[in-house]
Amino acid sequence: MKAGKQLKRRIYGAGEMLWFVILIVLAALILYPLFWILMSSFKDYQGIYGDVWGLPSIWHIENYATAWNKGISQYFINSGIVTLSTILGVVLFASFAAFGVCQLKGALGNVIFLICMCGLLLSPQVCLLPLFMLLKSLKLKNTLWAMILPYIAFRLPVSIMMIRSFFVGISKELEEAATIDGATLFQIYKDIYLPLSKPILSTVIIMSAYYSWNEFVFATIFVDSSKLRTIPVGLMTFRDGLMTEWGVVLAGMVIACLPIMTLFLLMQRNFVRGMTAGAVKG
Amino acid sequence: MGWIILKKKRNLQALLFAIPALIILGTFVYFPLIRNIIYSFQDFTLSSTTKEWVGLDNYRTLLSDKTILICLKNNILYALISIVIQVGFGLVLAAVLEDVAFHKFAPFLRSVYFIPTVISMTVVCLLFEFVYNPQMGLLNSFLELIGLDELTAVWLGSKKTAMYAVIAVSQWQSTGYVTMLFIVAIQKIPRDLYEAAEVDGASKIKRFFYITVPQVKQMFFVTMILTVVGAFTVFNEPYILTGGGPGKATMVLSLHMYQTGFVKNNMGYASTIAMLIFVITAILSSVQFFTYGTEKEDR
Repeated sequence: MKAGKQLKRRIYGAGEMLWFVILIVLAALILYPLFWILMSSFKDYQGIYGDVWGLPSIWHIENYATAWNKGISQYFINSGIVTLSTILGVVLFASFAAFGVCQLKGALGNVIFLICMCGLLLSPQVCLLPLFMLLKSLKLKNTLWAMILPYIAFRLPVSIMMIRSFFVGISKELEEAATIDGATLFQIYKDIYLPLSKPILSTVIIMSAYYSWNEFVFATIFVDSSKLRTIPVGLMTFRDGLMTEWGVVLAGMVIACLPIMTLFLLMQRNFVRGMTAGAVKG
Repeated sequence: MGWIILKKKRNLQALLFAIPALIILGTFVYFPLIRNIIYSFQDFTLSSTTKEWVGLDNYRTLLSDKTILICLKNNILYALISIVIQVGFGLVLAAVLEDVAFHKFAPFLRSVYFIPTVISMTVVCLLFEFVYNPQMGLLNSFLELIGLDELTAVWLGSKKTAMYAVIAVSQWQSTGYVTMLFIVAIQKIPRDLYEAAEVDGASKIKRFFYITVPQVKQMFFVTMILTVVGAFTVFNEPYILTGGGPGKATMVLSLHMYQTGFVKNNMGYASTIAMLIFVITAILSSVQFFTYGTEKEDR
Protein backbone atom coordinates (compact mmCIF):
# COMPACT_ATOMS: atom_id res chain seq x y z
CA MET A 1 0.00 0.00 0.00
CA LYS A 2 2.68 2.43 1.05
CA ALA A 3 4.94 1.35 -1.79
CA GLY A 4 2.09 1.88 -4.27
CA LYS A 5 1.55 5.41 -3.03
CA GLN A 6 5.24 6.17 -3.32
CA LEU A 7 5.33 4.84 -6.86
CA LYS A 8 2.37 7.01 -7.76
CA ARG A 9 4.07 10.07 -6.35
CA ARG A 10 7.15 9.29 -8.37
CA ILE A 11 5.13 9.05 -11.60
CA TYR A 12 3.16 12.24 -10.97
CA GLY A 13 5.71 14.88 -10.00
CA ALA A 14 5.37 18.62 -10.54
CA GLY A 15 6.50 18.32 -14.15
CA GLU A 16 3.84 15.76 -14.93
CA MET A 17 1.15 17.89 -13.33
CA LEU A 18 2.21 20.88 -15.39
CA TRP A 19 2.15 18.80 -18.55
CA PHE A 20 -1.22 17.43 -17.62
CA VAL A 21 -2.58 20.97 -17.51
CA ILE A 22 -0.94 21.77 -20.87
CA LEU A 23 -2.41 18.66 -22.46
CA ILE A 24 -5.88 19.55 -21.23
CA VAL A 25 -5.55 23.13 -22.49
CA LEU A 26 -4.44 21.85 -25.91
CA ALA A 27 -7.37 19.45 -26.08
CA ALA A 28 -9.70 22.33 -25.18
CA LEU A 29 -8.14 24.50 -27.90
CA ILE A 30 -9.15 21.85 -30.42
CA LEU A 31 -12.43 20.60 -29.00
CA TYR A 32 -13.95 23.91 -28.00
CA PRO A 33 -13.96 25.48 -31.50
CA LEU A 34 -15.49 22.29 -32.88
CA PHE A 35 -18.10 22.31 -30.14
CA TRP A 36 -18.70 25.98 -30.91
CA ILE A 37 -19.38 25.21 -34.59
CA LEU A 38 -21.86 22.53 -33.63
CA MET A 39 -23.59 24.70 -31.04
CA SER A 40 -23.73 27.83 -33.19
CA SER A 41 -25.10 25.87 -36.14
CA PHE A 42 -28.36 25.74 -34.18
CA LYS A 43 -28.48 29.52 -33.65
CA ASP A 44 -29.65 32.39 -35.81
CA TYR A 45 -27.62 35.52 -36.58
CA GLN A 46 -28.80 37.34 -33.46
CA GLY A 47 -28.04 34.32 -31.32
CA ILE A 48 -24.45 34.15 -32.54
CA TYR A 49 -23.79 37.88 -32.66
CA GLY A 50 -25.47 38.71 -29.37
CA ASP A 51 -24.16 35.83 -27.31
CA VAL A 52 -21.05 34.25 -28.82
CA TRP A 53 -20.38 31.83 -25.99
CA GLY A 54 -23.84 30.83 -24.86
CA LEU A 55 -25.88 27.80 -25.78
CA PRO A 56 -28.67 28.42 -28.28
CA SER A 57 -31.75 29.89 -26.57
CA ILE A 58 -33.94 28.60 -29.37
CA TRP A 59 -32.65 25.53 -31.20
CA HIS A 60 -32.93 26.34 -34.91
CA ILE A 61 -32.81 22.79 -36.20
CA GLU A 62 -34.20 24.09 -39.48
CA ASN A 63 -30.75 25.59 -40.23
CA TYR A 64 -29.74 22.16 -41.42
CA ALA A 65 -32.72 21.80 -43.74
CA THR A 66 -32.09 25.30 -45.11
CA ALA A 67 -28.41 24.55 -45.70
CA TRP A 68 -29.21 21.27 -47.37
CA ASN A 69 -31.84 22.81 -49.66
CA LYS A 70 -29.89 25.94 -50.52
CA GLY A 71 -27.14 24.06 -52.33
CA ILE A 72 -25.30 21.77 -49.95
CA SER A 73 -27.23 18.76 -51.27
CA GLN A 74 -25.91 19.36 -54.79
CA TYR A 75 -22.34 19.87 -53.54
CA PHE A 76 -22.67 16.78 -51.41
CA ILE A 77 -23.73 14.65 -54.37
CA ASN A 78 -20.92 16.06 -56.53
CA SER A 79 -18.38 15.34 -53.82
CA GLY A 80 -19.80 11.84 -53.51
CA ILE A 81 -19.47 11.15 -57.24
CA VAL A 82 -15.95 12.61 -57.41
CA THR A 83 -14.81 10.73 -54.31
CA LEU A 84 -16.23 7.37 -55.40
CA SER A 85 -14.78 7.69 -58.91
CA THR A 86 -11.39 8.69 -57.52
CA ILE A 87 -11.37 5.73 -55.13
CA LEU A 88 -12.33 3.34 -57.91
CA GLY A 89 -9.69 4.69 -60.28
CA VAL A 90 -6.94 4.74 -57.68
CA VAL A 91 -7.60 1.22 -56.39
CA LEU A 92 -7.88 -0.22 -59.87
CA PHE A 93 -4.91 1.46 -61.54
CA ALA A 94 -2.62 1.49 -58.50
CA SER A 95 -3.12 -2.20 -57.75
CA PHE A 96 -2.68 -3.02 -61.46
CA ALA A 97 0.55 -1.05 -61.61
CA ALA A 98 1.86 -2.45 -58.33
CA PHE A 99 1.13 -5.98 -59.54
CA GLY A 100 2.79 -5.34 -62.91
CA VAL A 101 5.88 -3.87 -61.26
CA CYS A 102 6.13 -6.92 -58.98
CA GLN A 103 5.74 -9.38 -61.86
CA LEU A 104 8.17 -7.72 -64.26
CA LYS A 105 11.49 -9.51 -64.31
CA GLY A 106 14.72 -7.58 -64.74
CA ALA A 107 15.42 -3.88 -64.47
CA LEU A 108 12.27 -2.73 -66.27
CA GLY A 109 10.10 -3.27 -63.20
CA ASN A 110 12.33 -1.08 -61.07
CA VAL A 111 12.51 1.61 -63.74
CA ILE A 112 8.73 1.78 -64.00
CA PHE A 113 8.41 1.86 -60.23
CA LEU A 114 10.89 4.72 -60.02
CA ILE A 115 8.99 6.63 -62.71
CA CYS A 116 5.83 6.30 -60.65
CA MET A 117 7.63 7.34 -57.47
CA CYS A 118 8.95 10.55 -59.02
CA GLY A 119 5.38 11.82 -58.81
CA LEU A 120 5.88 12.05 -55.04
CA LEU A 121 8.37 14.86 -55.52
CA LEU A 122 5.89 17.05 -57.31
CA SER A 123 3.45 19.33 -55.55
CA PRO A 124 0.14 19.75 -57.39
CA GLN A 125 0.51 23.55 -57.46
CA VAL A 126 3.37 23.28 -59.95
CA CYS A 127 1.08 21.60 -62.49
CA LEU A 128 -1.83 23.97 -61.89
CA LEU A 129 -1.49 26.21 -64.95
CA PRO A 130 -0.56 23.57 -67.55
CA LEU A 131 -3.23 21.22 -66.18
CA PHE A 132 -5.76 24.01 -66.59
CA MET A 133 -4.68 24.52 -70.22
CA LEU A 134 -4.66 20.76 -70.84
CA LEU A 135 -8.14 20.23 -69.40
CA LYS A 136 -9.36 23.20 -71.44
CA SER A 137 -8.01 21.78 -74.70
CA LEU A 138 -9.40 18.31 -73.86
CA LYS A 139 -12.78 20.01 -73.26
CA LEU A 140 -12.81 18.48 -69.78
CA LYS A 141 -12.64 21.77 -67.94
CA ASN A 142 -15.82 22.49 -65.99
CA THR A 143 -16.80 18.82 -65.81
CA LEU A 144 -16.46 16.44 -62.89
CA TRP A 145 -13.66 14.73 -64.84
CA ALA A 146 -11.55 17.85 -64.37
CA MET A 147 -11.31 16.84 -60.73
CA ILE A 148 -11.49 13.05 -60.93
CA LEU A 149 -8.63 12.52 -63.39
CA PRO A 150 -6.05 14.80 -61.70
CA TYR A 151 -7.06 13.42 -58.29
CA ILE A 152 -6.43 9.86 -59.47
CA ALA A 153 -3.12 10.91 -61.02
CA PHE A 154 -1.85 12.65 -57.89
CA ARG A 155 -2.95 9.80 -55.59
CA LEU A 156 -1.32 7.10 -57.77
CA PRO A 157 2.35 7.39 -56.70
CA VAL A 158 1.78 7.02 -52.97
CA SER A 159 -0.87 4.33 -53.49
CA ILE A 160 1.32 2.30 -55.84
CA MET A 161 4.11 2.54 -53.29
CA MET A 162 1.95 1.29 -50.42
CA ILE A 163 0.35 -1.53 -52.42
CA ARG A 164 3.66 -2.64 -53.91
CA SER A 165 5.35 -2.94 -50.54
CA PHE A 166 2.40 -5.09 -49.44
CA PHE A 167 2.51 -7.25 -52.59
CA VAL A 168 6.23 -7.90 -52.15
CA GLY A 169 5.46 -9.53 -48.81
CA ILE A 170 2.92 -12.00 -50.24
CA SER A 171 4.29 -15.54 -50.34
CA LYS A 172 5.08 -16.79 -53.84
CA GLU A 173 3.99 -20.40 -53.23
CA LEU A 174 0.33 -19.98 -54.18
CA GLU A 175 1.31 -18.01 -57.24
CA GLU A 176 3.78 -20.65 -58.41
CA ALA A 177 1.26 -23.43 -57.94
CA ALA A 178 -1.31 -21.44 -59.91
CA THR A 179 1.20 -20.78 -62.68
CA ILE A 180 1.91 -24.49 -63.02
CA ASP A 181 -1.84 -25.06 -63.27
CA GLY A 182 -1.82 -22.67 -66.20
CA ALA A 183 -3.39 -19.61 -64.57
CA THR A 184 -3.04 -16.33 -66.45
CA LEU A 185 -1.53 -13.26 -64.81
CA PHE A 186 -4.94 -11.67 -64.55
CA GLN A 187 -6.28 -14.72 -62.70
CA ILE A 188 -3.34 -14.57 -60.30
CA TYR A 189 -4.04 -10.88 -59.71
CA LYS A 190 -7.76 -11.37 -59.22
CA ASP A 191 -7.81 -14.65 -57.26
CA ILE A 192 -4.61 -14.49 -55.22
CA TYR A 193 -3.31 -10.94 -54.79
CA LEU A 194 -6.54 -8.94 -54.50
CA PRO A 195 -8.23 -11.11 -51.85
CA LEU A 196 -5.06 -11.07 -49.73
CA SER A 197 -4.60 -7.29 -49.90
CA LYS A 198 -7.80 -6.14 -48.21
CA PRO A 199 -5.98 -4.38 -45.34
CA ILE A 200 -3.75 -2.25 -47.58
CA LEU A 201 -6.55 -1.58 -50.07
CA SER A 202 -8.79 -0.31 -47.29
CA THR A 203 -6.02 2.08 -46.24
CA VAL A 204 -5.65 3.29 -49.84
CA ILE A 205 -9.43 3.73 -50.10
CA ILE A 206 -9.58 5.79 -46.91
CA MET A 207 -6.69 8.01 -47.94
CA SER A 208 -8.17 8.61 -51.40
CA ALA A 209 -11.55 9.41 -49.89
CA TYR A 210 -9.98 11.84 -47.44
CA TYR A 211 -8.02 13.54 -50.21
CA SER A 212 -10.77 13.88 -52.78
CA TRP A 213 -13.45 14.91 -50.28
CA ASN A 214 -11.30 17.76 -48.94
CA GLU A 215 -9.27 18.87 -51.99
CA PHE A 216 -9.64 22.57 -52.69
CA VAL A 217 -7.17 24.03 -55.20
CA PHE A 218 -8.05 21.98 -58.29
CA ALA A 219 -11.74 22.00 -57.44
CA THR A 220 -11.85 25.78 -57.23
CA ILE A 221 -9.88 26.49 -60.40
CA PHE A 222 -10.96 23.72 -62.81
CA VAL A 223 -14.70 24.09 -62.24
CA ASP A 224 -16.73 27.31 -62.62
CA SER A 225 -20.29 26.05 -62.78
CA SER A 226 -21.97 26.11 -59.38
CA LYS A 227 -23.85 22.92 -60.33
CA LEU A 228 -20.58 20.99 -60.41
CA ARG A 229 -18.92 22.29 -57.27
CA THR A 230 -17.74 19.93 -54.59
CA ILE A 231 -18.27 20.57 -50.89
CA PRO A 232 -15.05 22.47 -50.04
CA VAL A 233 -15.55 24.97 -52.87
CA GLY A 234 -19.32 24.96 -52.51
CA LEU A 235 -19.01 26.05 -48.88
CA MET A 236 -17.17 29.18 -50.00
CA THR A 237 -19.90 30.05 -52.50
CA PHE A 238 -22.43 29.26 -49.82
CA ARG A 239 -20.76 31.65 -47.36
CA ASP A 240 -20.57 34.46 -49.94
CA GLY A 241 -24.20 33.95 -50.94
CA LEU A 242 -25.66 33.85 -47.44
CA MET A 243 -23.74 36.80 -45.97
CA THR A 244 -25.21 37.02 -42.46
CA GLU A 245 -27.06 33.74 -42.16
CA TRP A 246 -24.21 32.40 -40.09
CA GLY A 247 -26.19 29.63 -38.50
CA VAL A 248 -26.97 28.13 -41.90
CA VAL A 249 -23.33 28.42 -43.03
CA LEU A 250 -22.21 26.68 -39.84
CA ALA A 251 -24.78 23.94 -40.41
CA GLY A 252 -23.29 23.52 -43.89
CA MET A 253 -19.83 23.22 -42.34
CA VAL A 254 -21.04 20.48 -40.01
CA ILE A 255 -22.61 18.57 -42.90
CA ALA A 256 -19.38 18.93 -44.90
CA CYS A 257 -17.35 17.37 -42.09
CA LEU A 258 -19.68 14.51 -41.29
CA PRO A 259 -18.63 11.82 -43.81
CA ILE A 260 -14.86 12.03 -43.21
CA MET A 261 -15.29 12.49 -39.45
CA THR A 262 -17.44 9.37 -39.32
CA LEU A 263 -14.88 7.49 -41.38
CA PHE A 264 -12.15 8.65 -39.00
CA LEU A 265 -14.04 7.67 -35.85
CA LEU A 266 -14.95 4.25 -37.25
CA MET A 267 -11.60 3.38 -38.79
CA GLN A 268 -9.11 5.36 -36.76
CA ARG A 269 -6.42 2.72 -36.99
CA ASN A 270 -6.51 2.51 -40.80
CA PHE A 271 -6.70 6.26 -41.02
CA VAL A 272 -3.62 6.88 -38.93
CA ARG A 273 -1.74 4.10 -40.66
CA GLY A 274 -2.49 5.60 -44.06
CA MET A 275 -1.63 9.15 -43.06
CA THR A 276 1.66 8.16 -41.48
CA ALA A 277 2.68 5.65 -44.17
CA GLY A 278 2.02 8.30 -46.80
CA ALA A 279 4.43 10.67 -45.11
CA VAL A 280 7.24 8.25 -44.38
CA LYS A 281 7.02 6.66 -47.81
CA GLY A 282 7.53 3.06 -46.88
CA MET B 1 13.24 -22.20 -76.23
CA GLY B 2 9.50 -22.38 -75.71
CA TRP B 3 10.10 -21.62 -72.05
CA ILE B 4 11.91 -18.40 -72.89
CA ILE B 5 9.11 -17.30 -75.21
CA LEU B 6 6.59 -18.02 -72.44
CA LYS B 7 8.62 -15.96 -70.01
CA LYS B 8 8.84 -13.07 -72.48
CA LYS B 9 5.10 -13.23 -72.97
CA ARG B 10 4.58 -13.11 -69.21
CA ASN B 11 6.82 -10.08 -68.94
CA LEU B 12 4.90 -8.34 -71.69
CA GLN B 13 1.63 -9.11 -69.92
CA ALA B 14 3.03 -7.77 -66.66
CA LEU B 15 3.98 -4.58 -68.48
CA LEU B 16 0.38 -4.22 -69.68
CA PHE B 17 -0.73 -4.03 -66.04
CA ALA B 18 1.44 -0.99 -65.45
CA ILE B 19 0.38 0.83 -68.63
CA PRO B 20 -2.88 2.49 -67.43
CA ALA B 21 -1.16 4.06 -64.42
CA LEU B 22 1.72 5.23 -66.60
CA ILE B 23 -0.68 6.82 -69.09
CA ILE B 24 -2.58 8.68 -66.35
CA LEU B 25 0.59 9.81 -64.61
CA GLY B 26 2.11 10.81 -67.93
CA THR B 27 -0.92 12.81 -69.04
CA PHE B 28 -1.86 14.56 -65.82
CA VAL B 29 1.44 14.85 -63.94
CA TYR B 30 4.56 14.60 -66.11
CA PHE B 31 3.23 16.13 -69.31
CA PRO B 32 1.93 19.23 -67.45
CA LEU B 33 5.29 19.55 -65.72
CA ILE B 34 7.12 19.59 -69.06
CA ARG B 35 4.56 21.99 -70.51
CA ASN B 36 5.12 24.24 -67.51
CA ILE B 37 8.85 24.38 -68.24
CA ILE B 38 8.08 25.42 -71.84
CA TYR B 39 5.43 27.94 -70.73
CA SER B 40 7.94 29.63 -68.47
CA PHE B 41 9.81 30.83 -71.58
CA GLN B 42 6.66 32.09 -73.29
CA ASP B 43 4.25 34.97 -73.07
CA PHE B 44 0.53 34.31 -73.42
CA THR B 45 -2.89 34.88 -71.88
CA LEU B 46 -5.76 32.51 -71.11
CA SER B 47 -7.50 33.38 -74.37
CA SER B 48 -4.54 33.81 -76.71
CA THR B 49 -4.31 31.33 -79.56
CA THR B 50 -0.56 31.70 -80.06
CA LYS B 51 2.21 31.80 -77.54
CA GLU B 52 5.06 34.20 -78.04
CA TRP B 53 8.55 32.91 -77.32
CA VAL B 54 10.29 35.39 -75.01
CA GLY B 55 13.40 33.52 -73.92
CA LEU B 56 14.56 34.42 -70.45
CA ASP B 57 12.38 37.53 -70.09
CA ASN B 58 10.08 35.90 -67.53
CA TYR B 59 13.04 34.83 -65.44
CA ARG B 60 14.40 38.38 -65.54
CA THR B 61 11.02 39.63 -64.34
CA LEU B 62 11.17 37.04 -61.57
CA LEU B 63 14.47 38.42 -60.32
CA SER B 64 13.24 42.00 -60.28
CA ASP B 65 9.73 41.29 -58.95
CA LYS B 66 9.41 42.84 -55.50
CA THR B 67 6.33 40.76 -54.69
CA ILE B 68 8.46 37.63 -54.98
CA LEU B 69 10.58 38.92 -52.10
CA ILE B 70 7.49 39.50 -49.97
CA CYS B 71 6.30 35.99 -50.85
CA LEU B 72 9.64 34.40 -50.01
CA LYS B 73 9.76 36.28 -46.73
CA ASN B 74 6.27 35.06 -45.83
CA ASN B 75 6.94 31.50 -46.97
CA ILE B 76 10.14 31.41 -44.92
CA LEU B 77 8.32 32.81 -41.89
CA TYR B 78 5.70 30.12 -42.44
CA ALA B 79 8.40 27.46 -42.56
CA LEU B 80 10.24 28.70 -39.46
CA ILE B 81 7.15 28.92 -37.28
CA SER B 82 5.94 25.54 -38.55
CA ILE B 83 9.29 23.95 -37.72
CA VAL B 84 9.28 25.33 -34.18
CA ILE B 85 5.66 24.49 -33.40
CA GLN B 86 4.86 21.42 -35.49
CA VAL B 87 8.23 19.68 -35.47
CA GLY B 88 9.77 21.00 -32.24
CA PHE B 89 6.72 21.16 -30.03
CA GLY B 90 5.17 18.17 -31.82
CA LEU B 91 8.13 16.01 -30.85
CA VAL B 92 7.96 17.10 -27.20
CA LEU B 93 4.21 16.53 -27.18
CA ALA B 94 4.66 13.05 -28.65
CA ALA B 95 7.26 12.17 -26.01
CA VAL B 96 4.98 13.41 -23.24
CA LEU B 97 2.04 11.43 -24.60
CA GLU B 98 4.18 8.29 -24.74
CA ASP B 99 5.32 8.80 -21.14
CA VAL B 100 4.01 6.20 -18.67
CA ALA B 101 2.42 8.97 -16.57
CA PHE B 102 -0.15 9.67 -19.31
CA HIS B 103 -0.62 6.09 -20.33
CA LYS B 104 -4.36 6.19 -19.55
CA PHE B 105 -5.24 9.40 -21.38
CA ALA B 106 -2.82 9.17 -24.30
CA PRO B 107 -5.05 7.26 -26.76
CA PHE B 108 -7.90 9.72 -26.23
CA LEU B 109 -5.72 12.84 -26.41
CA ARG B 110 -3.90 11.49 -29.47
CA SER B 111 -7.20 11.16 -31.32
CA VAL B 112 -8.34 14.60 -30.19
CA TYR B 113 -5.14 16.24 -31.42
CA PHE B 114 -5.47 14.40 -34.71
CA ILE B 115 -9.06 15.55 -35.43
CA PRO B 116 -8.17 18.90 -37.10
CA THR B 117 -6.12 17.01 -39.71
CA VAL B 118 -9.26 15.20 -40.79
CA ILE B 119 -11.34 18.36 -41.24
CA SER B 120 -11.34 20.00 -44.64
CA MET B 121 -9.25 23.14 -44.98
CA THR B 122 -12.31 25.16 -46.07
CA VAL B 123 -14.16 24.32 -42.87
CA VAL B 124 -11.08 25.14 -40.80
CA CYS B 125 -10.65 28.48 -42.57
CA LEU B 126 -14.33 29.39 -42.22
CA LEU B 127 -14.07 28.50 -38.53
CA PHE B 128 -11.11 30.82 -38.09
CA GLU B 129 -12.98 33.63 -39.82
CA PHE B 130 -15.34 33.39 -36.88
CA VAL B 131 -12.44 33.13 -34.45
CA TYR B 132 -10.73 36.22 -35.86
CA ASN B 133 -13.87 38.26 -36.53
CA PRO B 134 -13.16 41.70 -35.03
CA GLN B 135 -16.69 42.30 -33.69
CA MET B 136 -17.91 38.99 -32.36
CA GLY B 137 -14.88 36.76 -32.91
CA LEU B 138 -14.04 34.13 -30.33
CA LEU B 139 -10.48 35.37 -29.91
CA ASN B 140 -11.34 39.01 -29.22
CA SER B 141 -14.27 38.19 -26.98
CA PHE B 142 -12.09 35.75 -25.05
CA LEU B 143 -9.44 38.45 -24.55
CA GLU B 144 -12.14 40.84 -23.32
CA LEU B 145 -13.50 38.16 -21.04
CA ILE B 146 -10.17 37.75 -19.25
CA GLY B 147 -9.61 41.51 -19.15
CA LEU B 148 -6.94 41.83 -21.81
CA ASP B 149 -8.92 44.30 -23.90
CA GLU B 150 -5.82 46.09 -25.10
CA LEU B 151 -4.65 42.93 -26.87
CA THR B 152 -7.71 42.68 -29.12
CA ALA B 153 -6.95 43.30 -32.76
CA VAL B 154 -8.33 43.20 -36.26
CA TRP B 155 -6.37 39.97 -36.71
CA LEU B 156 -6.77 39.41 -40.44
CA GLY B 157 -7.15 43.07 -41.38
CA SER B 158 -3.98 44.52 -39.96
CA LYS B 159 -0.63 44.22 -41.72
CA LYS B 160 1.13 43.43 -38.47
CA THR B 161 -0.96 40.47 -37.42
CA ALA B 162 -2.43 39.06 -40.65
CA MET B 163 0.46 36.76 -41.56
CA TYR B 164 0.76 35.38 -38.04
CA ALA B 165 -2.99 34.84 -37.88
CA VAL B 166 -2.87 32.85 -41.12
CA ILE B 167 0.12 30.81 -39.96
CA ALA B 168 -1.64 30.03 -36.67
CA VAL B 169 -4.46 28.33 -38.59
CA SER B 170 -2.01 25.86 -40.11
CA GLN B 171 -0.46 25.15 -36.73
CA TRP B 172 -3.89 24.45 -35.30
CA GLN B 173 -4.60 22.05 -38.11
CA SER B 174 -1.30 20.19 -38.54
CA THR B 175 0.49 19.95 -35.20
CA GLY B 176 -1.54 16.89 -34.20
CA TYR B 177 -0.58 15.16 -37.43
CA VAL B 178 3.15 15.68 -36.96
CA THR B 179 2.77 14.62 -33.32
CA MET B 180 1.19 11.39 -34.53
CA LEU B 181 4.15 10.78 -36.86
CA PHE B 182 6.52 11.19 -33.91
CA ILE B 183 4.40 8.88 -31.75
CA VAL B 184 4.72 6.18 -34.41
CA ALA B 185 8.50 6.69 -34.42
CA ILE B 186 8.80 6.69 -30.61
CA GLN B 187 6.82 3.47 -30.36
CA LYS B 188 9.45 1.79 -32.51
CA ILE B 189 12.26 2.60 -30.05
CA PRO B 190 13.29 -0.54 -28.12
CA ARG B 191 11.91 -0.30 -24.55
CA ASP B 192 15.09 -1.66 -22.95
CA LEU B 193 16.96 1.52 -23.91
CA TYR B 194 14.67 3.48 -21.60
CA GLU B 195 14.75 0.84 -18.90
CA ALA B 196 18.53 0.81 -18.86
CA ALA B 197 18.60 4.61 -18.63
CA GLU B 198 16.07 4.57 -15.82
CA VAL B 199 18.16 2.08 -13.87
CA ASP B 200 21.13 4.41 -14.35
CA GLY B 201 19.01 7.16 -12.81
CA ALA B 202 18.67 9.35 -15.91
CA SER B 203 15.90 11.95 -15.55
CA LYS B 204 13.03 12.15 -18.00
CA ILE B 205 14.52 15.22 -19.63
CA LYS B 206 17.86 13.45 -20.03
CA ARG B 207 16.15 10.37 -21.44
CA PHE B 208 14.34 12.61 -23.93
CA PHE B 209 17.54 14.22 -25.20
CA TYR B 210 19.81 11.16 -25.08
CA ILE B 211 17.43 8.42 -26.22
CA THR B 212 14.25 9.79 -27.83
CA VAL B 213 15.79 12.55 -29.93
CA PRO B 214 18.62 10.48 -31.47
CA GLN B 215 16.30 7.52 -32.05
CA VAL B 216 13.69 9.54 -33.95
CA LYS B 217 16.32 11.42 -35.95
CA GLN B 218 15.00 10.04 -39.21
CA MET B 219 11.39 10.96 -38.49
CA PHE B 220 12.62 14.37 -37.40
CA PHE B 221 14.12 14.78 -40.83
CA VAL B 222 11.00 13.54 -42.60
CA THR B 223 8.66 15.87 -40.70
CA MET B 224 11.07 18.75 -41.18
CA ILE B 225 10.98 18.38 -44.98
CA LEU B 226 7.26 17.75 -44.91
CA THR B 227 6.52 20.97 -43.04
CA VAL B 228 8.95 23.05 -45.07
CA VAL B 229 7.53 21.76 -48.37
CA GLY B 230 4.07 22.43 -46.96
CA ALA B 231 5.11 25.97 -46.03
CA PHE B 232 6.42 26.69 -49.52
CA THR B 233 3.28 25.39 -51.28
CA VAL B 234 0.69 26.81 -48.89
CA PHE B 235 -2.29 28.20 -50.79
CA ASN B 236 -5.68 27.52 -49.21
CA GLU B 237 -5.24 29.43 -45.96
CA PRO B 238 -4.17 32.80 -47.38
CA TYR B 239 -6.46 32.38 -50.42
CA ILE B 240 -9.55 31.84 -48.29
CA LEU B 241 -8.76 34.01 -45.28
CA THR B 242 -7.08 37.10 -46.73
CA GLY B 243 -6.60 36.76 -50.49
CA GLY B 244 -3.02 37.89 -49.92
CA GLY B 245 -4.01 41.12 -48.20
CA PRO B 246 -4.11 43.53 -46.54
CA GLY B 247 -1.95 44.99 -49.28
CA LYS B 248 0.48 42.17 -49.93
CA ALA B 249 0.99 41.33 -46.27
CA THR B 250 0.01 37.67 -46.59
CA MET B 251 1.11 37.06 -50.17
CA VAL B 252 2.80 33.68 -50.66
CA LEU B 253 4.37 32.08 -53.74
CA SER B 254 1.48 29.88 -54.90
CA LEU B 255 -1.06 32.66 -54.36
CA HIS B 256 1.14 35.06 -56.34
CA MET B 257 1.32 32.43 -59.09
CA TYR B 258 -2.45 31.99 -59.08
CA GLN B 259 -3.15 35.73 -59.19
CA THR B 260 -0.56 36.38 -61.90
CA GLY B 261 -2.00 33.61 -64.07
CA PHE B 262 -5.73 33.71 -63.53
CA VAL B 263 -6.39 37.25 -62.32
CA LYS B 264 -3.75 39.31 -64.14
CA ASN B 265 -3.93 36.86 -67.03
CA ASN B 266 -0.18 36.61 -67.48
CA MET B 267 0.17 32.85 -67.85
CA GLY B 268 3.79 32.84 -69.02
CA TYR B 269 5.16 34.64 -66.00
CA ALA B 270 2.88 32.64 -63.68
CA SER B 271 4.51 29.48 -65.04
CA THR B 272 7.91 30.93 -64.20
CA ILE B 273 6.76 31.42 -60.60
CA ALA B 274 5.58 27.79 -60.68
CA MET B 275 9.11 26.82 -61.73
CA LEU B 276 10.49 28.58 -58.68
CA ILE B 277 8.09 26.61 -56.44
CA PHE B 278 9.00 23.45 -58.31
CA VAL B 279 12.74 23.91 -57.86
CA ILE B 280 12.44 24.67 -54.13
CA THR B 281 10.07 21.81 -53.32
CA ALA B 282 11.59 19.21 -55.64
CA ILE B 283 15.04 19.74 -54.15
CA LEU B 284 13.69 19.42 -50.61
CA SER B 285 11.59 16.35 -51.43
CA SER B 286 14.35 14.54 -53.28
CA VAL B 287 16.71 15.09 -50.35
CA GLN B 288 14.17 13.28 -48.19
CA PHE B 289 13.41 10.67 -50.84
CA PHE B 290 16.99 9.64 -51.44
CA THR B 291 18.38 9.84 -47.91
CA TYR B 292 15.45 7.81 -46.66
CA GLY B 293 15.98 5.26 -49.41
CA THR B 294 19.63 4.67 -48.50
CA GLU B 295 19.03 4.60 -44.76
CA LYS B 296 16.42 1.94 -45.25
CA GLU B 297 18.89 -0.29 -47.06
CA ASP B 298 21.43 0.14 -44.28
CA ARG B 299 19.14 -1.49 -41.77
